[in-house]
Amino acid sequence: MSLNKKILGVIFANMHEDVVPELTRQRTMGSVMFGGRYRLIDFTLSNMANSGIDEVGVVTKSNYQSLLDHLGSGREWDMARKNGGLHLLPPFSNMTSGMYRGRLEALYGITDFIRHSDADYVIMSDCDVVTSLDYNKLYDAHIKSGADITAVYAKSNLDLDAAAHTNVFGINNEGRINNVLINPEISGECNISLNTYIISKPLLMSMITDAAAKGIYSFAKSILQAQCGRYKIMAYKHEGYFSKITSIKSYYDANMALLDTESRKKLFPDNAPVYTKIRDNPPAKFAIGAKVKNSLIADGCIIEGTVENSILFRGAKVAKGAVVKDCVIMQDSVIGKNCSISCVITDKIVNISDQKILTGSKNFPIYIGKGAQI
Amino acid sequence: MYTKKECVAMLLAGGQGSRLYALTQDMAKPAVPYGGKYRIIDFPLSNCVNSGIDTVGVLTQYQPLVLNDYIGNGQPWDLDKQYGGAHCLPPYQTALGAEWYKGTANAIYQNIAFVDRYNPDYVVVLSGDHIYKMDYNVMLSYHKEKNAAATIAVLDVPMEEASRFGIMITDDDGNIVDFEEKPKNPRSTLASMGIYIFTWSKLRQYLIDNENNPDEDKDFGKAIIPNMMNAGEKLVAWTFDGYWKDVGTLDSLWEANMDLLNPNIPIDLYDPDWKMYSRNPVLPPQYIGDNANVENSMIAEGCNIDGNIDFSVIYEGVTIEKGATVTDSIIMPGTVIKEGATVEYAIVGENSVIEKGAHVGARPETVENRDDWGIAVIGNKITIAEGQVVGPKQMVPDIKKK
Repeated sequence: MSLNKKILGVIFANMHEDVVPELTRQRTMGSVMFGGRYRLIDFTLSNMANSGIDEVGVVTKSNYQSLLDHLGSGREWDMARKNGGLHLLPPFSNMTSGMYRGRLEALYGITDFIRHSDADYVIMSDCDVVTSLDYNKLYDAHIKSGADITAVYAKSNLDLDAAAHTNVFGINNEGRINNVLINPEISGECNISLNTYIISKPLLMSMITDAAAKGIYSFAKSILQAQCGRYKIMAYKHEGYFSKITSIKSYYDANMALLDTESRKKLFPDNAPVYTKIRDNPPAKFAIGAKVKNSLIADGCIIEGTVENSILFRGAKVAKGAVVKDCVIMQDSVIGKNCSISCVITDKIVNISDQKILTGSKNFPIYIGKGAQI
Repeated sequence: MYTKKECVAMLLAGGQGSRLYALTQDMAKPAVPYGGKYRIIDFPLSNCVNSGIDTVGVLTQYQPLVLNDYIGNGQPWDLDKQYGGAHCLPPYQTALGAEWYKGTANAIYQNIAFVDRYNPDYVVVLSGDHIYKMDYNVMLSYHKEKNAAATIAVLDVPMEEASRFGIMITDDDGNIVDFEEKPKNPRSTLASMGIYIFTWSKLRQYLIDNENNPDEDKDFGKAIIPNMMNAGEKLVAWTFDGYWKDVGTLDSLWEANMDLLNPNIPIDLYDPDWKMYSRNPVLPPQYIGDNANVENSMIAEGCNIDGNIDFSVIYEGVTIEKGATVTDSIIMPGTVIKEGATVEYAIVGENSVIEKGAHVGARPETVENRDDWGIAVIGNKITIAEGQVVGPKQMVPDIKKK
């Protein structure tokens, strides 16, 4: 990062939890597992680290034990710093309750943190989008256009279900956002918001205090939608690969999409590694009789059976004779002998005992909760 | 405690590992990869941490770049400490001049000041070329119980192998009464594992005396241990009964990797109670493709596998293309095995490329004269051209075996 700009990162770890209530029952959206060894926040946080943003606040409000455990001091992202670095911002009760209703209230709860930063700009992002994004390009576009706010979007085909959890931008010829549809009932190709914004710190601070005075709390509704005439809100098109999680089905699809080598190369480019918490697992072990095809296998897995078109997280075990197809098997889950499971998502530490047969379907995968014994 | 440590470890990591030839051209032996994601030095370092020893001096000399970089501030092993932790100790210049480490004993002698900073009661001296999991605390308890000046870890080896080792002869109480280096007719089967615990005040004096005697070797086995024995110090043998492997030769390095794939050999990297720590690569999970056949193997992060793998250890970031076959081999980090290439009974170093249709190594049964067979070895950053054949026992680059 050049010396003449400083950007503060703010990540909202709890936003959009309602889209995958199964997965967020005991954790934040940011700590939802993804892609064999990651949690959703790893992508946003790594993007920031790789863009040279070395001061990041993670705003959270509930269920944040797993998030705190995962992020620790921020060392894995090179953010255990004396100056800047990673700051975890759980609810802090002062004048208002810590339980914010929207992004503006959440920001109001961390005004001291933002004020104390010597950054000139703030980049805000949620954890529901998995992508590799260079924020320097977003910054450059923001400066070049002289916008008040620049919002990241992508062109994408929406179905009705996904649209119900997505904001859609209307964009004019100059690239300025002139309309914002919040969770609309539409389908087809749209400019969908990736819930990532850059804004100058002074403007953000004035918006936050103004919103608090007026009792408004939704950034999308009360700023982007209501004031796109008053503020110059520019759209920044993200051309790269991305997945937006809007349901358990789309979560499943986003994991499965990583079996495509081209997609994987785009999400994990050589020059922008995705960092995550280290677990010190040994390499994956394939026993005699193991059959593995088209699958993503993390370290620490022990495979004695058959695995096809699946994602195995760290420390997962597939016993002899078991057949695992089209599944997402999270950390330390064990699939017993001669089991046959397909289209199943097991959360962490699920134990499926021998001989069980579980069959979901690709448009309705079976989800098995954390720690379940079957 | 900020004024003293009970036990400090000194890890001898300066060895060239000349018998690993092509693999140690640009790195010291302890930095050689092992077991899919580790380097040899991870084993003594992890053993230290798991044994509660949090102060480790790592004595480096030969090709230290990779090793220094790898150890860094010791953080991957939890050895980044305010007081203690991991410290790389290369030879240094003093007001009286500069000299290399002249032997294992001299290396510790030159770092007496380092050890003294921790005012330890005991010092454990380790070498960086063995694969084993050991609780040094158990050995230390034995050392204390016996009130010994030195305790030497020994392995009970079969009589026919005893002449390959330094052999300890003990009395009924486990006191070492004599020892022989690689004896033709061994009098005992207790082989030294190169792991010593010394009472520091004793060792300190013997190191100084050894240094002041210009006629003596500056080596533990050749001078310090015999001197202590001759002076009547109490030396005891402590028997270890787990897995232990010296990986000083290409064959033993290959075997030690293959041991990980054999369920009957007691080296378990998956034991959560004795984790092996290492510097983890930042890579996505491995991808096993539609054309892949993988059995009996260990594969690390970031690999892209679309070929056939059997009885092999594949390190992080390796690509094995469709139609390539890897059997009974070790493929080190970042290497690419192109379409249709065959690698068998081989060790391929880091960041090398085996081009299409090349053939490295051979199965022992295909070679008429058993003496002509051996592991084929490709060094680091080497390209084997399309269709090139590297026969058994061959080495690229061809480092002359002395």
